[in-house]
Amino acid sequence: MAEYKTEPLKSWNKAKELRLKYYKEYQDAHKNGGLRWTGGAWSFDAIPAGLGRDVYNITGEPYGASLAFDKQLSKECMEAAEAKGWARDLCSYMRNYWGSMYLNKYAFGGEYPSPDFCFQDHICCSHGKWYQHVAEYKKIPYFCIDVSVGPYEDLDENRLMFVVNQMHESIEWLEKITGRKYQDDLLIEAVENECRSTSAWAEVCYLNMAKPAPLDEKTMYSLYVHGTLAKHSKEIADFYEELRDEVKYRVDNQIAAVPNERCRLMSDTQPPWGFLKVFRYLENFGAVSIGSLYTFGLIGIWEDKPDGTWGPRTTPMQKGESITTRDQALRILADWNLSKPEWQHFYDPNIKTRMMLQIVKQWGVDGVMLHLNRGCEGLSCGIMENRLGIAEAGVPVMTFEGNMGDEREFDEKRVMARIDSFMETLGIDMLQKAQ
Amino acid sequence: MFSKFFEWYEKRHDYARDWLTKNDGEVVGCFCSYAPEELIYAAGHLPVRMLGSHEPQDVTEPHIFGMYCPFCRDVLAQGLKGRFNYMKGIMLAQSCLHLRQSFTSWRNHVPVDYAYYLYMPNKVQTDHARSYLAGELAKFRRSLEEWTGREITDEALREAAEVYNESRRLAHEVYDLRKGPNPALTGLEAMVMVASSFMVDKKEHNAELKRILPELKERRLDRETGARLMIVGSEDDDTEFIRMVESVGATVVTDDHCTGSRYFWNSVEFTNGDILSDIANRYVDRPTCPTKDFETRSRFPHILQLAKDFNVDGVLLIQQKFCDPHECDMPPLKEYLNENGFPTLFLEFDVTVPLGPMRIRVEAFLEMVGEEELF
Ligand code: SF4
Ligand code: SF4
Repeated sequence: MAEYKTEPLKSWNKAKELRLKYYKEYQDAHKNGGLRWTGGAWSFDAIPAGLGRDVYNITGEPYGASLAFDKQLSKECMEAAEAKGWARDLCSYMRNYWGSMYLNKYAFGGEYPSPDFCFQDHICCSHGKWYQHVAEYKKIPYFCIDVSVGPYEDLDENRLMFVVNQMHESIEWLEKITGRKYQDDLLIEAVENECRSTSAWAEVCYLNMAKPAPLDEKTMYSLYVHGTLAKHSKEIADFYEELRDEVKYRVDNQIAAVPNERCRLMSDTQPPWGFLKVFRYLENFGAVSIGSLYTFGLIGIWEDKPDGTWGPRTTPMQKGESITTRDQALRILADWNLSKPEWQHFYDPNIKTRMMLQIVKQWGVDGVMLHLNRGCEGLSCGIMENRLGIAEAGVPVMTFEGNMGDEREFDEKRVMARIDSFMETLGIDMLQKAQ
Repeated sequence: MFSKFFEWYEKRHDYARDWLTKNDGEVVGCFCSYAPEELIYAAGHLPVRMLGSHEPQDVTEPHIFGMYCPFCRDVLAQGLKGRFNYMKGIMLAQSCLHLRQSFTSWRNHVPVDYAYYLYMPNKVQTDHARSYLAGELAKFRRSLEEWTGREITDEALREAAEVYNESRRLAHEVYDLRKGPNPALTGLEAMVMVASSFMVDKKEHNAELKRILPELKERRLDRETGARLMIVGSEDDDTEFIRMVESVGATVVTDDHCTGSRYFWNSVEFTNGDILSDIANRYVDRPTCPTKDFETRSRFPHILQLAKDFNVDGVLLIQQKFCDPHECDMPPLKEYLNENGFPTLFLEFDVTVPLGPMRIRVEAFLEMVGEEELF
């Protein structure tokens, strides 16, 4: 009963290769006299890039997710964190990460490669504390930039400058702790690449409006991850532009992610990484998850367009602006990041509901599945208000409880049963049954 | 001696309603102890800190997911149940993610005329936080002025800061009376003294403190002090718990809670410069909530100093269930205190605490603390 043709994504292997290369380069950095640092997926990675071309980072959330993917190792990590007295309800990425550090085991083989410094930003309560502990455990220096200055729609000079001033301060700090001379040209290049990569990722997601959807969310998880690793890198920016071209080709040729697509869903928050089969299960109903505010806006940067639609944010380069000074680069970097969709609900769940409803409208979504993610206090913040707002707008919505990184908190049977009944309310039968 | 404070604390709504009949300001609910109450007070309003009522409830489930702390849900329950239906204004000084949701859901579902979210910095350990916060206070001031159409002059701000400083100074005086071998008041009385100051016009509260202080200085409690304990951790106005602890051979002599000493510890220092900067500095410099305590753990030496100054025998580490900020501090704090010779007992709190099992654990701890003293 397939209506559409499908074919594997050509960029798939490259995506895999790039990801492994990233973890390997971090691991090997010291061999060539390079620097290693650690911080969050949202940290301003373009800033340490100004220290040289031999500076590599490892970001905690995707690393925590990689650990979660390996159920046995994740279990060991969780237990190691618990043995140190940390509460079981703390961020599960953070516990995985700390566990890997305590066990001295790297998810990609070998020992946990100790970073030279921590460089983080702070919007979730766990952010500042995560690397505080890494820094004290590893006895390395730590800098954290507070970005919690309110939603982008209320941004003004005072708020922007609080972030920019801390960025300037962080550069002085980087010079001091590494003894290296900071290179503004490398910063400028990294900022340009970051704008390019995060806008190109938004373009990829934008193309998923097409029917049939060229990508399903499970595939998107393997692709958005690069933006959480090194959004400032040229390689990633180039990769996203190639990917965008390939997805465009799929749209033009009606190549579907799910060949029998007849129902379009969206999710919310990180998935339970050990149970991605939930998304395969949806295919039994001919349902495709076209993405989520999470996959679109965790690293993708968007803007409201003059015609009232939502689309990829125009980069400074596309506007013909050239970046020439450190201060200008930092202002752009701060402003660009503060418009991140996934930073807005930290202040007001209504802004997130609005964006979600915009996705429902523009992407033609039939129903919303909210993952009440016990593993992430940051992205679950306000989620019940989102549920209410979506339901009030007349959009079918279901919730399921789980944990992105701690499989002990996921009840597979229960979740599948909830999906069955949600599909029933949407009037969608399981295809095998229907046949 | 503390009956007035207990009355204020227990009949907070009666007090607020009565205040409204006698004044032409409004009652403004403050979410989080970082609320710069001086500005609200200077505008002629009554700032009231939002606390829960320690009753089981089922009204917040559709609004706040069950992984957030019981305190933030208890606070929201007060609004959803209409307990504050006389309150027209609310404000949040950017708090942890938990309490922030009580504010945003209140704003969505409980009718108010005025709601203000102050983007209090989280990183207070950078000097840039000072000018940034001063700038945010200027916006808050303008917003309050627009709400009631009343100007807030520098003079009024200075006067409000003086009233607040006096309250802080008096609270210190009271706390100092707990340092000696025979504390002049119990931990329960101290807790209610501070908590009632969240709900009452500070001038009135100051007057009552000034009235009792001479007598308090001479007071001899008709009870054994027992083990001298300190309580440290999440939001805590659990009077039942502290009453129980003090009934089994202990006295709580100091604390590090946002509902206790952290609330009043430091004062506005006047510089003859911009009054908003002076006020901003006070909030940047105060003993921190763990969620604002990075990169350095600045809380720890402060807590240790308190333990020494108040001659503490043991520390109860109190954590609201799911309270991420404190969960991120507890294991290293426990280690730090133990290394410095202070035994600790970790206790997890919910909206109500099961007093029976808690008593058994506290008694065992007191026994251990007592034994240590023998050697
Ligand atoms: S709780 Fe969520 S937002 Fe916070 S640090 Fe962990 S993954 Fe990030
Ligand atoms: S600091 Fe802890 S107890 Fe206080 S509101 Fe936040 S989560 Fe709750």
